[in-house]
Amino acid sequence: MNAETVRDEGFVDLLISGDRQAFSELIEQTSAKIYALGMRVLGNEQDAEDMLQETYLKALKALPNFEKRSSINTWLFRIATNEALMLLRKKKTGFNMVAIDQSDEEDEAPFEILDWCCLPEQEMVSAETRTMLNKAADQLSPALRIVFQLRDVDGFSGQETAEILGINEDAVKTRLVRARLKLREELSAYFRDRMEGGVNHA
Amino acid sequence: MHEHGHCQAYLKQISDYVDGELSSEVCASLESHLKECENCRIVVNTLRKTIDLYHDTAENDDLPDKVRSRLFARLNLEDPKQGGIHGS
Repeated sequence: MNAETVRDEGFVDLLISGDRQAFSELIEQTSAKIYALGMRVLGNEQDAEDMLQETYLKALKALPNFEKRSSINTWLFRIATNEALMLLRKKKTGFNMVAIDQSDEEDEAPFEILDWCCLPEQEMVSAETRTMLNKAADQLSPALRIVFQLRDVDGFSGQETAEILGINEDAVKTRLVRARLKLREELSAYFRDRMEGGVNHA
Repeated sequence: MHEHGHCQAYLKQISDYVDGELSSEVCASLESHLKECENCRIVVNTLRKTIDLYHDTAENDDLPDKVRSRLFARLNLEDPKQGGIHGS
């Protein structure tokens, strides 16, 4: 994402004034990430596309009232995550935004202690590994998944992630630690199998 | 997990550590623990690598063409890629 342009104040003024080319530019810079967020949170193409369209429709409508209290990026992702969570709520009763702030899960001690960092690079970037990365992330609860996606995949800061989700930074941190540790466990188990099961790294 | 009870306390710090967000005092204390504890060193290394692998997947994020054209159509906007206003 071209953060420089998105942060540019002149560009934001153009957006607020309803400049359609600027809005196209905003889509250009952000839509792939918004769609990826939708895929991560909602898990299927149809819902991700619905969320993508609703996000920009709402943004288009709300832009004249944008007050520049946050960056345009953070603001847009806030709309997107709200959309995604609303769709999720429709599908799964029981999940709500409040749950993202609750500490209802216990921290688990690391179980897999194996240094797989030395595995060959092609092992790490294979299509199979990529599929496994997606599967592992899909196993996280939505609350953890969304924090991990924003923070570690999309590269938002802790403060920005807190702003996007409307929770405090400590809650972001707690969720992030859990998500990271769970994923590390999954990856370690996967790479343990690769190292022990026929991948000759001698 | 054998002998790992006291390491549990370091987990949150380890996450902050890979983000470079620890105060110098806490950082020094964690680093002195890491010197002695191989298990925690492995957790640090593999945690860092885990984050890197996921972060790298974002580079391949792409909007499928059909999704893209339906989005522009829904918003009544001209798709710059289709209209050829600016090609890149």
